[in-house]
Amino acid sequence: MIKIQNLVKNYGGIQAVKNISFTVEEGEIVGFLGPNGAGKSTVMNILTGYLSSTSGEVEVNGINVLENPLEAKRQIGYLPEQPPLYPDMTVKEYLSFVYDLKGCKLKKEAHLSEICDVVKIKDVYNRVIRNLSKGYRQRVGIAQALIGNPKVVIFDEPTVGLDPKQIIEIRTLIRDLGRNHTVILSTHILPEVQAVCDRIVIISKGKIVANEKTVEISRAVEGAGKLSIKICGPEKEVLATLRSTSGVQSAEVLGARDSDSITYYVESTGGLDIRKILFRTMAQKGWPIIGMESLGVNLEDVFLSVVEDPGTTGTKKKNVKGGKA
Amino acid sequence: MLALLKKEIHSYFTTPIGYAFIAIYLAVNGVLFTVFTLKSGYSTPETYFTWSVLALILLVPILTMKSFSEERKMKTDQLLLTAPISLGAVVGAKLLGAYVVYVITVLASTLNCIALGIYGKINLGVLFGSYLSLLLIGLACIAIGVFVSALTENQLVAAVFTMGLLLIIIYISLFNSQIENDFLRSVLSWISLLDRYALFTYGMFDLSALIYYISIAGVFYFLTIRVFEKRRWE
Repeated sequence: MIKIQNLVKNYGGIQAVKNISFTVEEGEIVGFLGPNGAGKSTVMNILTGYLSSTSGEVEVNGINVLENPLEAKRQIGYLPEQPPLYPDMTVKEYLSFVYDLKGCKLKKEAHLSEICDVVKIKDVYNRVIRNLSKGYRQRVGIAQALIGNPKVVIFDEPTVGLDPKQIIEIRTLIRDLGRNHTVILSTHILPEVQAVCDRIVIISKGKIVANEKTVEISRAVEGAGKLSIKICGPEKEVLATLRSTSGVQSAEVLGARDSDSITYYVESTGGLDIRKILFRTMAQKGWPIIGMESLGVNLEDVFLSVVEDPGTTGTKKKNVKGGKA
Repeated sequence: MLALLKKEIHSYFTTPIGYAFIAIYLAVNGVLFTVFTLKSGYSTPETYFTWSVLALILLVPILTMKSFSEERKMKTDQLLLTAPISLGAVVGAKLLGAYVVYVITVLASTLNCIALGIYGKINLGVLFGSYLSLLLIGLACIAIGVFVSALTENQLVAAVFTMGLLLIIIYISLFNSQIENDFLRSVLSWISLLDRYALFTYGMFDLSALIYYISIAGVFYFLTIRVFEKRRWE
């Protein structure tokens, strides 16, 4: 559906996007991830025709963005980082304007009403945009992107500045949209990608450093090799016992939150599952385990590792403590 | 393009800008008309029209300062430039939107002439020619204003620079009396918007002036498009 090949963009003397290539299949929800200033917005702006690339090819639904910009733009609904709203208009006036601007052929009343239902802005339909809350403005922005039923919808950081409830609503909305649209979602909020996207493309300093299916990344980061284990018992002796248990590579004290138990970090040799062994050992010693948690690398760790060290893939495991799978 | 044009005109009247322009234009022109026609006792409004053109230096920026600068500041230019509509249509709609408001205002100001009809004889040819020239000069000035507003996202900067540019392009031939060099004089007079419309005010149709004003508007229309293309390619 979207094909980006060897995309390069220079700003003055700086190369903001360095030879990026990736494709997005029809119906996919792709998370476009990267730290601030990595070039996410630049790539989105090139996709939508707001900027031109210095070199490289961009195709949307088989249409070259440079050669046939108007037809390509017709395939795309775009919500920029800041929703492009006219504060003096009412929601109705605004959506009606965008409808006319895009030259839609669908039945106006029915189409707009359907979109308002989807993004849930019926109750503010006749209000002036200036007076709307941030969450509603964001939704009006999404509504705008959906007008004309574009094949591809692109959202640039759609949940920034929203409250937790609104964030969940917008995410649900985006996931629902994924049933009928191809969606590209740019964000630097990692759980958002895990919650919503089928695939993750991580970009750092203008380069793609990872391009993986979300499930594969999740599978890679889970595992029983690292444990956080809470034991009631004398610290030194417990630690010594842990270290001497077979299969344990290292053990350290993570901290004590309450008076009678201490949390330890235990890592097994070669990712071996040592939970049962630990249970028996501690039971023999008479030190009850009151909590055990399997630690993996989470998306944040993957993200940090690839962003700091470009060139590796997202499934690279890193020796991290305290992250929760 | 029609959608954008409609929105443009609409936005002049959902904000105070449109009303402010019309009110200030009519007030200024009312004063000028009273001073240079009614009080001076002439029924030929030539002096009034010269002043009316000069007043455009201050009035046109009111109309054009927000044109593109506001869109850029609110980031709504992203909506316009990613919509399936050509850059030429976007700039054209902006230009026409401001021009429609201007034409309405100039037409409203023709009511002044009723006073002429009551107190003296009206030469319809002269009046028609004068107003036509005012409309043409206005088109050129608005094209310049829209161009400047595409350069900055600060409305105030846009207004001041438009004023400066209009001041130069309208006033420049006034230096001619001080200049000895014939060639330089003819160049300045060629650039000047003010030197072109003389024939119109005698009630004659001047095709070259018509083409000149439309060309000036055209040049700035294309320059505005270039501004956006350049920004896109950077």
